[in-house]
Amino acid sequence: MDLCFRSLKAQTWGINKPSSQRSSSTHIRLFYRYRDLAPQLVPLDYTNHPDVKLPYELIGSMPELKDNPFRQRIAEVFSEDGEGNMTLDNFLDMFSVLSEMAPRDLKAYYAFKIYDFNNDDFICKSDLEKTLNKLTRNELTEDEVKMVCEKVIDEADLDNDGRLSLEDFQHMINRAPDFLSTFHIRI
Amino acid sequence: PHPSHFSPGDEDFQENHERQKHKGKRRNGERPKNKRENQRRQRSSKSVQGIREESQSTTERRERRRRRRGKEGEDEEEVNNDGEVRPELLSPEELEKLKEAVDEKKKLIQSLRGKPWPMKQKLVSLRESQLFVEKYEGALGKGKGRKLYAYKVMMTKKWKKFQRDFENFKTACIPWEMKIKEIESHFGSSVASYFIFLRWMYGINMILFGLTFGLVMVPEALMGRPYGSIPRKTVPRAEEAGAMDFAVLWDFGGYAQYSVLFYGYYNNQRAIGWFKFRMPLSYFLVGVGTVAYSYMVVIRTMARNANESGVGDDNSFNFSWKMFTSWDYLIGNPETADNKFASITTSFKEAILEEQESRKDDNIHLTRFLRVLANFLVLCCLAGSGYLIYFVVRRSQKFALDGLENHTWWERNEVNMVMSLLGMFCPMLFDVISALENYHPRVALQWQLGRIFALFLGNLYTFIIALMDAINLKRKEEKVVKYNITMWEASLYNGTGPENSTGPPVTIHPADVPRGPCWETMVGQEFVRLIISDTMTTYITLLIGDFLRAVLVRFLNHCWCWDLEAGFPSYSEFDVSGNVLGLIFNQGMIWMGAFYAPCLPALNLLRLHVSMYLQCWAVMCCNVPQERVFKASGSNNFYMAMLLVILFLSTLPAIYTIVTIPPSFDCGPFSGKNRMFDVIQETLESDFPAWFSKVFSYASNPGLVLPFILLMVLAIYYLQSTSKSYREANVELKNKLQMVTQRLDNFVLLTSYGSDFILNA
Repeated sequence: MDLCFRSLKAQTWGINKPSSQRSSSTHIRLFYRYRDLAPQLVPLDYTNHPDVKLPYELIGSMPELKDNPFRQRIAEVFSEDGEGNMTLDNFLDMFSVLSEMAPRDLKAYYAFKIYDFNNDDFICKSDLEKTLNKLTRNELTEDEVKMVCEKVIDEADLDNDGRLSLEDFQHMINRAPDFLSTFHIRI
Repeated sequence: PHPSHFSPGDEDFQENHERQKHKGKRRNGERPKNKRENQRRQRSSKSVQGIREESQSTTERRERRRRRRGKEGEDEEEVNNDGEVRPELLSPEELEKLKEAVDEKKKLIQSLRGKPWPMKQKLVSLRESQLFVEKYEGALGKGKGRKLYAYKVMMTKKWKKFQRDFENFKTACIPWEMKIKEIESHFGSSVASYFIFLRWMYGINMILFGLTFGLVMVPEALMGRPYGSIPRKTVPRAEEAGAMDFAVLWDFGGYAQYSVLFYGYYNNQRAIGWFKFRMPLSYFLVGVGTVAYSYMVVIRTMARNANESGVGDDNSFNFSWKMFTSWDYLIGNPETADNKFASITTSFKEAILEEQESRKDDNIHLTRFLRVLANFLVLCCLAGSGYLIYFVVRRSQKFALDGLENHTWWERNEVNMVMSLLGMFCPMLFDVISALENYHPRVALQWQLGRIFALFLGNLYTFIIALMDAINLKRKEEKVVKYNITMWEASLYNGTGPENSTGPPVTIHPADVPRGPCWETMVGQEFVRLIISDTMTTYITLLIGDFLRAVLVRFLNHCWCWDLEAGFPSYSEFDVSGNVLGLIFNQGMIWMGAFYAPCLPALNLLRLHVSMYLQCWAVMCCNVPQERVFKASGSNNFYMAMLLVILFLSTLPAIYTIVTIPPSFDCGPFSGKNRMFDVIQETLESDFPAWFSKVFSYASNPGLVLPFILLMVLAIYYLQSTSKSYREANVELKNKLQMVTQRLDNFVLLTSYGSDFILNA
């Protein structure tokens, strides 16, 4: 909610404060991070809600994201057009969900969307295979990949339809001890 | 005419209401509805601040219109042009519905953060709800006590804002946050967890320091008798010559020994200063209080960690968790990412192997034999190290009897050096031995931690036993000194005149009075020396083992036969478990020695402060990320549990000495008493009214205490059994849930024909 409020304020003030008065609160920092990606595209004054979208290549080259194998999926999930081109709102959204303060259910919801490569609201076997190959950089053999995906479906699929729905995923991820600490980006 | 139906919480509530109102009233042709619509649309597209300004201006406009209408003498309307509702004219049910609507909007605002909507949608709905709440909440308060209501609402808002600002301020105040973030992004969450643990320990030591410094050291320094006024506060004549030497001071002798840093300096005067500060009582209570505070903090942290991990015993989602939670999104460094990819791959391969492999029975006997052999070797190691320490302590006692000046530096500091070196080399030995055992790496790590724990514990207790021997020696010496003092005093009076009792009192300089060996100060000194040498060893190991090694590997690499970076020495990894154990044992020593050396918490605070900066620098400069990334989450409670055990074990010796050994007769705040805890009895008798001590004596009657203890044991048993039954109920409910889902699924499959009917739960 703080992020919400402050992004509003950021937009009204027009962010034309000189750099010496730059405060260290999160919203201003995030706006400046967004702007630093492409200073020529992003204006300082947001009062007129300019329709500015940064292309995926710029987002994917941020230091926080560039080593993440799922960066493309993350950008696609949070962007309006589904292609990875993000407005300031999408940008703020993304980092607020991935921050420490976001509630567990919200993170689980977005994690599900990230791992659902074909956007069909289910994590099916092919999604699992893609996830696994991204995680291991294609080091595992085909048999091993198949075995792991079968095991995952075995473990987590509660309604026995051969793929993971959002409820299956949430049920499984809510018990994971590491989920909150790994699904977290600090910026 | 009241509106017949409206849906509360609907933005159209306003519109419906208005439309009903204005049905039959057409003045001046077209009602400026379009303008109102535009206003509303404009409002919802501007910012909150803009809205607030706008609502102010609309209020003004409203006022003007009302006045104008009044002048024209029109009928009083319930609703003016802007659709404001006057609730004194609404019926009670509508008031209720309005209240409900406002509450609903408030709830929506609260829960907005958790909704998975895109930011724009959230902002729009936030503005709408806020507008609605602002408009009608104030209005609801009109009528009865509206001023009070509005005031209450304003105060709640201000309080919430203050709380939010305070939370932000608190978060900004957390020290070293950026440093830890940097380490986290390079090395992952396990290494960062060590630094977070270090920071937590720093917080605890800060409180302990506050207690000992503020309530023990400062009062004695400011209000007690100054240096040199009484024998216990003065350096003895014999030692005066070398009292200022650096070597003596480094060893905490000389002027350092006769200062507020150690137990022996404190006077046993019951009340000091102009407001009668009870020094001995304060000393005793601070000693007890530091332990009590530590227990409370550790147990509270354990409980919090246990709550957060929830029902964490599940192993049923092994592969799923590996797939969805193994990538650490905090990683922002290509080297770490490479290592993480490699470790994830290895972990998957391991899990696959475990899954596929059926237990091979061929070499089970060999494996068992090797494991027994490994444990035997480890036990030999532990026994050997224990004996070595005992031997060395005995030798140092002999050296002390001969006088320390005749021996080399090594011989003087033998005990501490040996303990530190053992702590450095034995874990490596255990690591090599564990290669025989062929355990799963996680199990092997737990064995390793357990063995290192046993090693440190064994060493510490051997040290304590040796210390007890030294104490007994000093007490025997004390008896001799007491006897000598009576002889010496007699000789003094004999010298002045034949009449012993009527001779003028002889003034002796405090430095010349023969002194008893103050065993408490000796104990305090031993602990301080141990901590200092441990610190030095750690820092030197760090500089040599990590920094020098990194420098050598980096600069000798291009003129060496084999690749130093990939092959033998290579860069060192940060040993999380070893460092955490070191920290825990260090804290144990502080708890043990703080009663006899009030300076220990201050020393530890300084040490932790320096450690934080030094280790942060060393990690970033000389270490590489680990190959096998250690999971941080599960071990948090493990480290807390070890800390609790150490806390318990370290307070045992201190309690034993306080309860059984009589204090020295001429040094410390309890001198002259039979036992140290007699100070409590004394306080009860002299400082509290008579009935209090009577009550206390009744309360400490065994007839009352035993039933109380029995009651507590029963309460613990009851709570234990209820928690067990809750856990079982939990498991049963889980099973039932699965069964019901299965049944439903089967039912659906039976009643459908076609495989395209998919159940969406």
